[in-house]
Amino acid sequence: MKAVVTSADFNLADNESIEAGESATAVRDVALNCLADGKVLYAGHAVAAVAATRPEIADEALELIRVEYEVLPHVIDVDEAMQPDAPLLYDDMITQGVTPAPTRPSNVAKKTVFGRGDVQFAFASAAHVIERTYRTAAVHQGYIEPHACVASYGADGQSTVWCSSQGQFLVRALTAKILNLPLSDLKVIPAEIGGGFGGKTTVYLEPVALALSRKSGRPVRMVMSREEVFHASGPTSGSSIDVKIAADESGRMTAAEMNLRYQAGAFPGSPAHLGAMTAFACYDVENLALNAYDVVSNRPKVAAYRAPGAPMSAFAVESAIDELARELDMDPLELRILNGVRKGSVTVYGAKVHSDGFIDTLKAIRDSDHYKSDVPDGQARGVAAGFWFNIGGESSAAVHVDETGGATVVSSNPDIGGSRASMAMMAAETLGLPIERVRCTVADTTSIGFSGSTGGSRVTFATGMAVTQAAEKVVEDLKRRAAEIWECDAGHVDWRDGAAHCLDPSKDVKPLKLQSLAAKSAKTGGPIAAEVSINAQGAAPGFGVHICDLEIDRETGRTTITRYTAAQDVGRAIHPSYVEGQLQGGVAQGVGWALNEEYIYNMNGVLENAGFLDYRMPVASDLPMIDTILVETAPNPRHPYGAKGVGEVPIVPPLAAVANAVSAIVGKRMTSLPLSPAVVTAAMEQGD
Amino acid sequence: MSRVRVEAVVNGEPVDFLAGSGQSLLDALRDELHLTGSKEGCGTGDCGACSVIVDGRLVCSCLMLAPEAEGRRIETIEGMAEGSNLHPLQHQFLEHAALQCGFCTPGLLVAAKALLDKNPNPTEEEVRYWLAGNMCRCTGYDKVIRAVLAAAADLRQEGQPA
Repeated sequence: MKAVVTSADFNLADNESIEAGESATAVRDVALNCLADGKVLYAGHAVAAVAATRPEIADEALELIRVEYEVLPHVIDVDEAMQPDAPLLYDDMITQGVTPAPTRPSNVAKKTVFGRGDVQFAFASAAHVIERTYRTAAVHQGYIEPHACVASYGADGQSTVWCSSQGQFLVRALTAKILNLPLSDLKVIPAEIGGGFGGKTTVYLEPVALALSRKSGRPVRMVMSREEVFHASGPTSGSSIDVKIAADESGRMTAAEMNLRYQAGAFPGSPAHLGAMTAFACYDVENLALNAYDVVSNRPKVAAYRAPGAPMSAFAVESAIDELARELDMDPLELRILNGVRKGSVTVYGAKVHSDGFIDTLKAIRDSDHYKSDVPDGQARGVAAGFWFNIGGESSAAVHVDETGGATVVSSNPDIGGSRASMAMMAAETLGLPIERVRCTVADTTSIGFSGSTGGSRVTFATGMAVTQAAEKVVEDLKRRAAEIWECDAGHVDWRDGAAHCLDPSKDVKPLKLQSLAAKSAKTGGPIAAEVSINAQGAAPGFGVHICDLEIDRETGRTTITRYTAAQDVGRAIHPSYVEGQLQGGVAQGVGWALNEEYIYNMNGVLENAGFLDYRMPVASDLPMIDTILVETAPNPRHPYGAKGVGEVPIVPPLAAVANAVSAIVGKRMTSLPLSPAVVTAAMEQGD
Repeated sequence: MSRVRVEAVVNGEPVDFLAGSGQSLLDALRDELHLTGSKEGCGTGDCGACSVIVDGRLVCSCLMLAPEAEGRRIETIEGMAEGSNLHPLQHQFLEHAALQCGFCTPGLLVAAKALLDKNPNPTEEEVRYWLAGNMCRCTGYDKVIRAVLAAAADLRQEGQPA
């Protein structure tokens, strides 16, 4: 046994928040989530760590640690946590965002309000009002690779961490701040990442491992078991949402009200506000009143999960719209086309919609073979839509031309789903090289400029923009070199098909290929390379529309998806088969969320299904082929190749697409996810 | 810690290594033989990322003890390609973009090979049920299933007399 650490080894004085992908994270909360201080907030919350030369020795050492626990009352359910008599996680938590500030503490960390117009007036005069409460369970991202890292604290104070994360720079910032180290003394080397989906945009192990290394003077490896991943890494919020919509006789939605209550887990930071912002982002509704509540309870701290906050609120809204369509006896797609945002529409958070991408996507689904086909006997069809912002932000990239005319792209973002291929393609296109001559690598924190994390569907857009700009700088440099060789004006050099072409009619020269310019680099100005660091603006949002056909075994309550089509407004697909893969993967996760996945707690507040056997993610035999329609009618004008984020939108529509179809078969509105066999059989037996 | 000497054939090569009595075959492959292609996603036999073929039978190497490998023939992902010639399954996974993060891919390839070794002409449903023990969280399985069916067709083609 070499070392023991607790939260006493952390710097807890600092309570700054740092940007972590789609939201800010409080460093102190991240530290206290790694190792508890005084109060253990959920079953699975770590209190101490030991380092030993073998795992068995570490296990024995852990057994020898005596922890005196006083069992306190706990609260798991989000609605119960909001009750006035609920056990409090923090004695000093006063709800932010409420004026005047409450005088008593509660489990509500924050209330966020979005609204416009006169909701009450609109409801008073509405021809149709649809109102219900919806619930979703907490679900885990379910990446197949558990969290793991190696940390080495050098005798000279210079440290290295090797880890699998969605952002080496974020791991550096969190780890260094938690251990009170200068950022420049910590090098973080990104390993290949075995899935993240948002869940690897924070740290659980790295500060602990580095603290152990600092104490023991040895490199320390930490690996979570799958059980630990479920118990102590972040799922996304379970939710409880009231939604009420008003519509006129034609089906035009005139107003909506929502209260969104999201579990944050043991520390503030649920994506409730994102749920509110995205809820009606697909629709042009004049009067809105949306209240989002960020609520702590005795569960693991939530982490980002693909379009954080949006799938739950879309489940509520898209279910309500389905109900409205039935009440109006109107085609659910036509109802959405009637209400959908168009170019010029303004969202509740003030952003303007710049394209008709949503309407185009609705029409693509309406005109699809799937939608035009009859619903098979005994089955039902559900449709639903979804929205995600997509972000840009800080990215760096370099392009290096080697002396034989090939190129290396250095990316600043871990490749989570094939982004290296897209980076190489954009560089190859700009340089005019065949793709085989361009390779892309992901650099550590000391080898490339800063970048935000791989999250928010930002990498192909933002880092792709940096790659393209770096390649453009290289092209400019190559044109300058050609002009020097030809003794002509640089303005008279054109770059196409991987070669400089002289436009000066007085010169009779052959094009100069990249290969020959690269071979002469020493004589024309030295190495050919460029690095670009940008804060990318102009990320365009994305819209998805899905159709799901399914059947239910009346005896067992098992739902089988028989056919599924996902259409999405993707800007321009840089690598179409990877874009299809993003849509298909998002659908599979959404179907799991709708049908089977959930965190199940016992009366003692202990998670009962912390393994892949009992936390039931979709397997190959659970799904059909997932057809995709890439709608490319609105390339993003702010990106050199028209790209925008595609990865998150596809997890938003499936919850309601599935639930709407299940509701049709069961004959009553299904308002609580997951629609597991037990829930469905109970609903069918009960009738309406 | 008592360790036992184990002799086995891994990817056609005789190997010997020292294994802990409680060490899994997966850990022995990764830590003693440095064959890190097989992955641990769960350690409980649920995810299939550690799939290997032992004496012709598909097993989760996280559920088998390393000393049990004595005298066995083990095939891992590292033995699938012949030099730089990819196995048709590997080729079709690339052609179909049937992977994103790639963590489950070695297990999927090994499991798919075990299927095609037994059944050269599986239906889509047979492929889906055979691979139901191999979780993939990225792809939604669509491209994986298509790649396996395409590789099966390639292998049948190869098997035909010229």
